[in-house]
Amino acid sequence: MAPMAEVVLKDVVKTFVLQVGGQAQLVNALKGVSFSVRPGEIVALTGPSGCGKTTALRIIMGLESASAGEVRVAGKHVQGCGHDRGMVFQHAELLPWRTALGNVKFGLEMKGLRGKELTERAESYLELVGLKESMGRRPHQLSGGMKQRVGIARALAIDPAVLLMDEPFGALDAQTREVLQAELLSIHAKTGKTIIFVTHDLDEAVLLADRVVLMTKGEVQDIIDINLPRPRPRGDVVAVRAHDEFVQKRYLIWKALHAGAISSVLH
Amino acid sequence: MTDKALPAEKAADVVVPRAKFRLANGYITALSLIVVGTVWELAGPGMNPLFGSYPSAIWKAGVRMAETGELMKAIISSLQPFAAGYLLAMIVGIPLGLLIGRYRTVEAALGIYITAGYAMPLVALVPLFMLWFGLGFTVKMAIIFTLSIFPICINTWEGVRAVPKTQIEVGTSFVASPLAILWKIVLPATLPYIVAGLKLAIGKAVIAMVVAEFFTAISGLGGIIINTANQFDTAAMFVPVIILMVMAVGLTSLVGWLERRIAPWQTEISGREAA
Ligand SMILES: Nc1ncnc2c1ncn2[C@@H]1O[C@H](COP(=O)(O)OP(=O)(O)OP(=O)(O)O)[C@@H](O)[C@H]1O
Ligand SMILES: [Mg+2]
Repeated sequence: MAPMAEVVLKDVVKTFVLQVGGQAQLVNALKGVSFSVRPGEIVALTGPSGCGKTTALRIIMGLESASAGEVRVAGKHVQGCGHDRGMVFQHAELLPWRTALGNVKFGLEMKGLRGKELTERAESYLELVGLKESMGRRPHQLSGGMKQRVGIARALAIDPAVLLMDEPFGALDAQTREVLQAELLSIHAKTGKTIIFVTHDLDEAVLLADRVVLMTKGEVQDIIDINLPRPRPRGDVVAVRAHDEFVQKRYLIWKALHAGAISSVLH
Repeated sequence: MTDKALPAEKAADVVVPRAKFRLANGYITALSLIVVGTVWELAGPGMNPLFGSYPSAIWKAGVRMAETGELMKAIISSLQPFAAGYLLAMIVGIPLGLLIGRYRTVEAALGIYITAGYAMPLVALVPLFMLWFGLGFTVKMAIIFTLSIFPICINTWEGVRAVPKTQIEVGTSFVASPLAILWKIVLPATLPYIVAGLKLAIGKAVIAMVVAEFFTAISGLGGIIINTANQFDTAAMFVPVIILMVMAVGLTSLVGWLERRIAPWQTEISGREAA
């Protein structure tokens, strides 16, 4: 198993340059974001649309570089992508010409695995997300939830210390989402990965995360600890939902977001 | 994990025979050919045999030419430079298109020649080609190559430009090397465009072949066309014309068959009506 990592963001700034009608326009997507994630912790990033969640995640992944500030994973400066981080994209982004198995193999091939080891490893991760039977299907023959699970298996298979997920369950129906949330919790219990995920769903944030980072307009507005027991009762989501802590924290975040939304409407 | 997994994950339980649709389409094409052929056959004999011909007359002329061995010789002498020129265009055109599409510097340096070359009036250049390459196999091959490389290259180039950034980012996020991204993401993502280019190039290559034969050696199928036309033997002239068209149709469906073999996902996700 890979060594556990700690993710640190310190005063991270990201400025995009946009060309609008021949004029350069600056977009301050992140204006000095700082937070850190402990090894094995699950952290949720949430906040109104356009507040910079995806940008922050892409910078941690190394798909985008910070304009200023520093990003460290396991003490090392992030420079580009690495096998120590795995990304689950919002829309799975499977390669349409590869089967479910082929897609999981992709990351492993890039890591240099070959032959029997490659196939066995890929199969075992498909099994982990409950898709062994469908491994020969291509993405267009899979449902949305199945695609998302292939995406998760692909990221997990390279055994990254940090799993980054951008609204992984956002496009799914409530039932499928609950199944996948439970799966994620059990994968976390089994592997102890550090997980950072973006979500718009407050229930999901409180249900899964140890801490919720609340962002608004490119800044961290608040970081809220969730003191729910872990491992959280798997599948039995009702039990967690009834928990005082769940109700309280959910309300707290809702209020914070709401205040932000109202003030942004007023100003 | 699996116990709680969603249902609906049994391996494909029912296998629907899909050859049925193929067969139906084949029938439609055959029926269409019979109707057109019959109308032509009935209307043809009324025409002056100088100005036109009809299927049974063409068939008789074809049999006559086949018996003398003239036809087979012509086909072989046409097909050799055709295959060589077309394959060479493929071998050069696809990698060139991939590089031009992928790297802006290569695009800036070479793109303009490809775009200009596509519109090149080849017929005007054939005499020059003859000066360079003589009158034999080489000049035919060069002309076929020159005319077919551009649609292949341009289509590949266009296909690479259409590869979604998100697919490239999948490669990047798994630390794929530039070569791996080109080979394992850009190439498969571009395949449908490449195949379209290969199909367009078949028509171009057939035209190039006939043009080459008109101008250079009076040989091959193009040579037969010229000779029979000069003798006002219209029925015989139609023989190589029809052979060329049949050949183009055959090659196009061969490329289509190859596409279904190499890129089966493409036909499956395309939004075409099934029947
Ligand atoms: N490539 C880019 N070029 C220019 N501006 C960008 C780019 N990517 C993001 N932005 C801008 O940066 C800001 C933050 O975008 P980001 O995608 O991080 O938001 P988000 O919090 O993920 O929103 P959502 O919840 O809607 O996904 C937005 O104002 C967006 O317009
Ligand atoms: Mg986003």
